[in-house]
Amino acid sequence: MTPNTEVYQLNVNGKKCEVRDAWIGESLLYVLRERLGLPGAKGACEQGECGSCTVIMDDQAVCSCLVMAATAIDTEISTVEGLSVDGKLTDVQDAFVNEGAVQCGFCTPGLVVAVHNLLDTSPTPTDIEIKEAISGNICRCTGYGRIFEAVRSAAATRQETNK
Amino acid sequence: MTVAVPTSLSDALAAIAQNPAAQIIQGGTDLMVEINFNRRKPTDVIALRRVLELREWSIAKDGSTITIGAGLPYAQMEDDEIARLVPALAQAARTVGSPQIRAAGSIGGNLGTCSPAGDALPVLSALDAIVHLRSSTGARNISVHEFMVGVKRNARAPDEIIVSVTLPIVTGWQGYAKVGVRNAMVISIASCCLAVDRTNSAIRIALGAVGPTIIRCRATEAWLTSQLDLSSVNTVSTNLLKEFGDRVAQEAKPIDDHRSTAVYRRHAVSTLAKRLLTRANTP
Ligand SMILES: Cc1cc2nc3c(=O)[nH]c(=O)nc-3n(C[C@H](O)[C@H](O)[C@H](O)COP(=O)(O)OP(=O)(O)OC[C@H]3O[C@@H](n4cnc5c(N)ncnc54)[C@H](O)[C@@H]3O)c2cc1C
Ligand code: FES
Ligand code: FES
Repeated sequence: MTPNTEVYQLNVNGKKCEVRDAWIGESLLYVLRERLGLPGAKGACEQGECGSCTVIMDDQAVCSCLVMAATAIDTEISTVEGLSVDGKLTDVQDAFVNEGAVQCGFCTPGLVVAVHNLLDTSPTPTDIEIKEAISGNICRCTGYGRIFEAVRSAAATRQETNK
Repeated sequence: MTVAVPTSLSDALAAIAQNPAAQIIQGGTDLMVEINFNRRKPTDVIALRRVLELREWSIAKDGSTITIGAGLPYAQMEDDEIARLVPALAQAARTVGSPQIRAAGSIGGNLGTCSPAGDALPVLSALDAIVHLRSSTGARNISVHEFMVGVKRNARAPDEIIVSVTLPIVTGWQGYAKVGVRNAMVISIASCCLAVDRTNSAIRIALGAVGPTIIRCRATEAWLTSQLDLSSVNTVSTNLLKEFGDRVAQEAKPIDDHRSTAVYRRHAVSTLAKRLLTRANTP
């Protein structure tokens, strides 16, 4: 199909969102933030290197800055805004807070999305799997130690609650 | 301004036949960077993400070759069956970018961009891959060596879509190694694929990021074949290893650029090749 570029629809966080008067080359990151009022995904490098714009598209973590928004019709997109079901922090967000994994917070939304994706697909990750899963997310503040601990703790808590 | 999102290969071929100037996009991991930085401003785009035929892979009935769809993301080559059949390709796939990049990036895009640092390309070169191209009027199957024309230049005609690549399934050790400034998320400064083909008593070596396009070390291959018994694991002497490294370095044609220097690249690619030869001969 050929969507009319003046109006196309995206499925974001379970809702149909209309995008109007957009230029076709706009990235999903730009459309989420500037057109759909979802500023959770952050833009820094816009070249796939920092991971701060990570979203889930059809069950996979991708850089929204590298997705051409108009081509993402008919995909299911979840952003950090869509992770929480009841307005409370998710288990991963709780773990980030409790372990002190947030300093300036710029990298946090991208990491939280990447970690949700990891734990949803691999509930008991090994240390190597954790490192690999967050290798596409850059943090300039923490040195990663506390982020790593937060992921381990979120995985452990999820194991406990699912028992 | 149009964006076509065809759901079958025939629709995609019809779209590009109608407008050969349209920009093809698969994973977007190369193209979107160009667009985000205003280096390219396409007016018409054909997105292949929903063409499922391009994401398939299959093994020939006689088991001699594997054909991989141009749109199959790297994430699906990292393990399981493809990794068992073509280990060097799986190793190369694992070194690409980050999980986010590997969930989107594809061999079709690697070939489309045709950067000398593309990590799938030395593997395709070492294994003499065939690139399958289709247009609405015909099909061409060309050797990857003919496909890669120069720095970021390839033999694709404007109305063609890269459909898949075919690689031989061979017995014998194979591997891929690369160097960059760190381990994760790094473009190769030098890379090497080495594949022993016991079926045809051959050893194949291809180098990445040390020339305008991928370099096949045919002279070194011929020399090495005369030195080793390719039907078994060899004891590789220090002298042989050194001469091998020197010969590989001779065949490289690196340049200085923003990522590294020619001197370092030559040294690095020779070290990588020696490492791979040692691994290939470790019982
Ligand atoms: C952060 C980051 C890290 C990266 N790291 C690496 C790395 O480590 N190693 C590496 O090799 N690459 C790396 N890359 C580059 C890129 O991911 C790869 O080249 C990837 O293979 C491109 O695939 P794609 O599907 O995303 O291509 P796209 O961006 O969709 O397309 C690239 C080009 O190929 C053309 N094209 C794509 N598919 C077809 C087709 N079927 N037929 C005809 N033309 C086609 C497009 O028109 C375009 O010109 C990296 C990129 C980023 C952003
Ligand atoms: S903004 Fe997308 S990866 Fe940096
Ligand atoms: S907390 Fe500041 S970049 Fe990660």
